Amino acid sequence: MESMTEPTPVGAAEAPPPSPDVPAIALEGVAKTYRSGREEVRAVSRIDLEIAQGEFFSLLGPSGCGKTTTMRMVAGFEDPTEGTVRLKGADVTRVAPDRRDVNMVFQSYALFPHMTVFDNIAFGLRRKGTPADEIRRRVGEMLELVELSGRERTKPGRMSGGQQQRVALARALVNRPSALLLDEPLGALDLKLRQSMQMELKRIQRDVGITFVYVTHDQGEALTMSDRIAVMNNGSVEQLGGPRQIYERPASRFVAGFIGTSNLLSGSVADASGGLVTFPAGDGGAVCATAEAAVGATVEVTVRPEKIALHTARPDGAGTRSRVPGTVREVVYLGASTHYTVALEGGGPGGGSAAPELTVYTQNAAGTDDGPVRGDRVWLEWSPEHSYVLPA
Amino acid sequence: MTDERRPRLAARAAPYLLVAPAWLWLALFFVVPIATILSMSLMSGNLYEGYSLTWEFGNYAAAIGTYWEQIGRSLVYGACATVLCILIGYPCAYWIAFRGGAYKNAYLLLLLLPMFVSFVLRTISWKAFLADEGVILGTLKGIGLLPEDAYVLNSAVAVVFGLAYNFLPFMVLPIYAVLERMDHRVVEAARDLYAGPVRAFTRVVLPMSLPGVFAGVIMTFIPTSADYVNATVLGGAHNTMVGKVIESQYLVNNAYPMAASITFVLMAVLLVGIFSYARALGTERVMEASAR
Repeated sequence: MESMTEPTPVGAAEAPPPSPDVPAIALEGVAKTYRSGREEVRAVSRIDLEIAQGEFFSLLGPSGCGKTTTMRMVAGFEDPTEGTVRLKGADVTRVAPDRRDVNMVFQSYALFPHMTVFDNIAFGLRRKGTPADEIRRRVGEMLELVELSGRERTKPGRMSGGQQQRVALARALVNRPSALLLDEPLGALDLKLRQSMQMELKRIQRDVGITFVYVTHDQGEALTMSDRIAVMNNGSVEQLGGPRQIYERPASRFVAGFIGTSNLLSGSVADASGGLVTFPAGDGGAVCATAEAAVGATVEVTVRPEKIALHTARPDGAGTRSRVPGTVREVVYLGASTHYTVALEGGGPGGGSAAPELTVYTQNAAGTDDGPVRGDRVWLEWSPEHSYVLPA
Repeated sequence: MTDERRPRLAARAAPYLLVAPAWLWLALFFVVPIATILSMSLMSGNLYEGYSLTWEFGNYAAAIGTYWEQIGRSLVYGACATVLCILIGYPCAYWIAFRGGAYKNAYLLLLLLPMFVSFVLRTISWKAFLADEGVILGTLKGIGLLPEDAYVLNSAVAVVFGLAYNFLPFMVLPIYAVLERMDHRVVEAARDLYAGPVRAFTRVVLPMSLPGVFAGVIMTFIPTSADYVNATVLGGAHNTMVGKVIESQYLVNNAYPMAASITFVLMAVLLVGIFSYARALGTERVMEASAR
């Protein structure tokens, strides 16, 4: 995802002619360094990103990874130490936040407590000098969109967290910005509300067709809603891609560990032929992966827990599937599924200590009897395309 | 039965027992003095023959008729000093709250430091500063910026300056308390919604801080209007405020009923003023108006 657009020589105030090919947001080598006393802290190091128009884009990472700083540089609340921020092609790196065509939804909502819901939502339109009757119409439309019609005269302090959240969303969306920036907007809500708001946000984004940039540390949230995700760590982008790509083909150990539960296995290649590599794991078991590697090289693979099948006896069949023996250490029944923790026999694969335990999720389909219990000896099996080899 | 009731009774009485000292304090040092002054204001007589309660409402007519000028002057000076306190105090509170960083408490201490010196002493020292040939005026006259006969001392200006100087912290602290608590993301939200720095201030920060300004106005206007030290030390003979009148009626003329009725007139005027201020300029309405 290298930046391909030519720098457009336009001033801050004027926008270039709209074209669907121009990315809504482009970051070119953007970096931010904070200085506190003599110490320099690099919050964001030289990020290149292009976010297409109408895309639902997530910045995902643990706290302190630089995702919020990145978003605040797009909004104009932080000045980048290096690099260029472009909105629809126009360089806005040194443009004040009130002159940027993006709006933000804050984690704390930051609603104006002294104003009614109507005045909160109308704030941006009034600043832009929109005629009063148009303001009334558009605020009404927004209230309908977020299902808060009839609450115009209420003060935000008298509303629930979920309702305040929707006012904050309406206040930003009513301005029809070229991009909406959302900073962990669901962080303060409880689980049930958060899940319904995820669906709600996705619906609203589809309805209005505005680019959404979503900052979150919740991988489930990012996977559910996003068209594309940038996984960030230590101020840089570790991986950029669609939810499926990031989940199934993590680009690094960090991504594999951060997104969902993953099982890490490593060993030295015993056999490599026809695009398949095999290395021994456990007592008489072997791991197969679709990859190219030389015999003797050390490889590290990750397997998602739901890709693994659990057998009580050694499965038959050809040797192209991974088969690893182990002992059940933990069984957690969750209704729809059961989670098993299985300890590999004979220590870790290749005699090492890496990942002596694997996590396995099984679906509890109708008619299945009770599965293995704690202490049972089991065989784990999965197909080679699910052993994803991490880039070295 | 009685064994069960006793602890319950104690539990029920506990809150009253806990507030009892406060009530006692208020009764002793507020209700009793107020009642004493009220009855005194309706008495007649003199120090040698004694005073008796004769429901002499004429005291009030005499108080207003004779001293309306001083009462009015007190209110005007108090109002001017209060406005001056807002003009100086608001930026000061804003700066400490938003730009003070790690040194907020140090700045607040600096603001309060003069309070450690006696109020009267500080006022008297202003006399030296503002003297006709003193540090400030003397220098300005020396370089020709002021005419030779210019003066500040013994004028209304000196009194208002003195009042504003002495009561500034009472304006800064409540405003600071409100600004300090304010979520700065709200200011960012205003900037994000196309408000420039000035608009963000007038539409969001200022209306949200009005309760602090309101408290500050009450905490400066009441004591400044009733103050007599500044008028006496800095104002000279022509700028007497009502506080001075009350003092001399009590201590010099021993006209206790007159002094008491002026006290009550001042109290009544201040109370009516504060209540009508609260109604007319109620923070709620100002805040709503600013939302447009």
